[in-house]
Amino acid sequence: MSLLELEDVTISFGGLTAVEGASFAVNPGEVFALVGPNGAGKSTIFNLVSRYCTPSGGDIRFDGKSILGCAPHDIPRLGIARTFQNIELFEHATVLQNLLIGRHTHRRSNAISEILHLPGVRAEERRHRLAAEKVIDFLDLQPYRESLILGLPYGVRKVVELGRALAQEPRLLLLDEPASGLSAEETDDVAFWIEDIRKVMGITVLMVEHDMGLVSSVSDRVLALADGKTLVIGTPQEVQTDPAVIEAYIGLGDNGADE
Amino acid sequence: MRIVFKTSYDADIGLFAHRYQAFWYFLLLAAAVGLPFAIDDFWIGEVALMLIWSIAGMGLMLLVGHAGQPSLGHAAFMAVGAYTNVILQTSLGWPFLVSFPLSGCAAALAGALLALPTARLHGIYLAIATLAVSVLAEDGIVMLAPWTGGVSGIVAPDIKIFGTGFNRYVNAPGFYWLTLGVAVLVALGYRNILRSPLGRSIVAVRDSEISAQAIGVNLAWTKAVSFALSCGVTGLAGALMGHFAGVFNHETFTIFLSITLLMMIVIGGLGSIHGAFLGAIVITFLPLAISIVREFLNESFGVASVMPPGIETAAFGAILIAFILLEPMGIYGRWVKIRTYFELFPFCRRDMFRRQRGYLRTERIR
Repeated sequence: MSLLELEDVTISFGGLTAVEGASFAVNPGEVFALVGPNGAGKSTIFNLVSRYCTPSGGDIRFDGKSILGCAPHDIPRLGIARTFQNIELFEHATVLQNLLIGRHTHRRSNAISEILHLPGVRAEERRHRLAAEKVIDFLDLQPYRESLILGLPYGVRKVVELGRALAQEPRLLLLDEPASGLSAEETDDVAFWIEDIRKVMGITVLMVEHDMGLVSSVSDRVLALADGKTLVIGTPQEVQTDPAVIEAYIGLGDNGADE
Repeated sequence: MRIVFKTSYDADIGLFAHRYQAFWYFLLLAAAVGLPFAIDDFWIGEVALMLIWSIAGMGLMLLVGHAGQPSLGHAAFMAVGAYTNVILQTSLGWPFLVSFPLSGCAAALAGALLALPTARLHGIYLAIATLAVSVLAEDGIVMLAPWTGGVSGIVAPDIKIFGTGFNRYVNAPGFYWLTLGVAVLVALGYRNILRSPLGRSIVAVRDSEISAQAIGVNLAWTKAVSFALSCGVTGLAGALMGHFAGVFNHETFTIFLSITLLMMIVIGGLGSIHGAFLGAIVITFLPLAISIVREFLNESFGVASVMPPGIETAAFGAILIAFILLEPMGIYGRWVKIRTYFELFPFCRRDMFRRQRGYLRTERIR
């Protein structure tokens, strides 16, 4: 059974149809990439899965159950974590605190025990800290543990945001352009991490990415979108050689060569 | 500079970063407990007032400094606390030890009720909504005259705990120790909130609502909890303020009290518990300092008639503008800079505290 399933999902903002009849299924354990030119509807699909917007038609199922009845804050509890295209970290907190906030879905204590700082709260804090430290080790964030996000360069922030999503211990990870604005070496790191996230941690990855090098090196299947419509689903090679995809990216071929 | 060598996660969870810090805080606490033996009753009363301001300030700080929800309505919650406390004692004859916590609960409930309709408001809109609450509270007190005494006011009975009186004039040290105890407990609870998941979710709502939702924080619930906690603590301060004032009416809890509270935490330093105390020191002792200077000028040069009557408000305003222009992080922010300068001496750089450029944020999706 597929982990995430979109069935004929459509959404429009005013007169603009951002996504039209999108249908695809992400299988457990795979890396699934969404590609397409700007405005194709990739991030809108992410926002639909995060429930920031509601589709006008169709259904989104996670684990076989429809998530359209969930509020945005219920989604992480199901096991879906995400990053943002423009980094959305808690800027006045340290890296460690950001990772600990990522553990929110694993909170077991209540407000009153926390105000009194009962022993159970401390034991739970230690467990959260251990989980955060595992993420720090995985992403090599040790030098930045105590630094405020405000003072960190863009590349590190990108990694911290990935770390915050991993601290949630999700089953499905949505990565919105994990390599945008990164150098070639940092992009290589991201590729290795995505491999490890899938193989070692067993987390399914759905990502939006423009860097075709990264997409072809890590993803099993790719969905190409243009103007809200699904063009083709297939392996990275199939998608890259598909005539419709080439047309969407570099314009019309023979029959449109009137210039 | 002291380098803390951490050997366990508890080092980060604990209340104090290292032993020396714990030592200084305990020294401060000991000095505060011993203060009545060093200064006379008038000054003890003023320090008690300062502590009451700090309690109210901590309440507002949680909401404004940590949850990022501006409120101009906290005078109303002080009023809820003050009136609940006195009415429970006089009408129902309940003891202070029962009525005092209940007054905090009543204010917390009122705060949570306010949070329900205002959960979707941001920034200036929330400030205006809470401003309206402040204005309504004044009229509400007058309209509820059968219980509140209306314009003529209400008399706060003497605090009695197990037969011991805590009247501020008869037993000034006792009243001071009482407020000190409440202030220390509130500060401890505040600190516990900040080091727990609840505090982290509150800060998450302040820094980025969109990603707070993405990690599973329920925005409306978290805002309601922050409002309840904040208003509850402010209500406790209001109850103490009622006993401190002895007699109070609708004019005690005007909109100006709300503005003074907000000014206090901005001057002290938003986003730190210390800021509430530092701001309270300024708010309490600035009028005293002005009156001392005025008296001095009067005696030396006979210029009392030249001093305009609104000089205190003007001084507060000038100080507030100066802080916003020169030190947006308040007194506590300045103290952190000075401390860092000496800790790193001579390696402190001038631009160490300059804010880094913020990167592009996700536009609001809804």
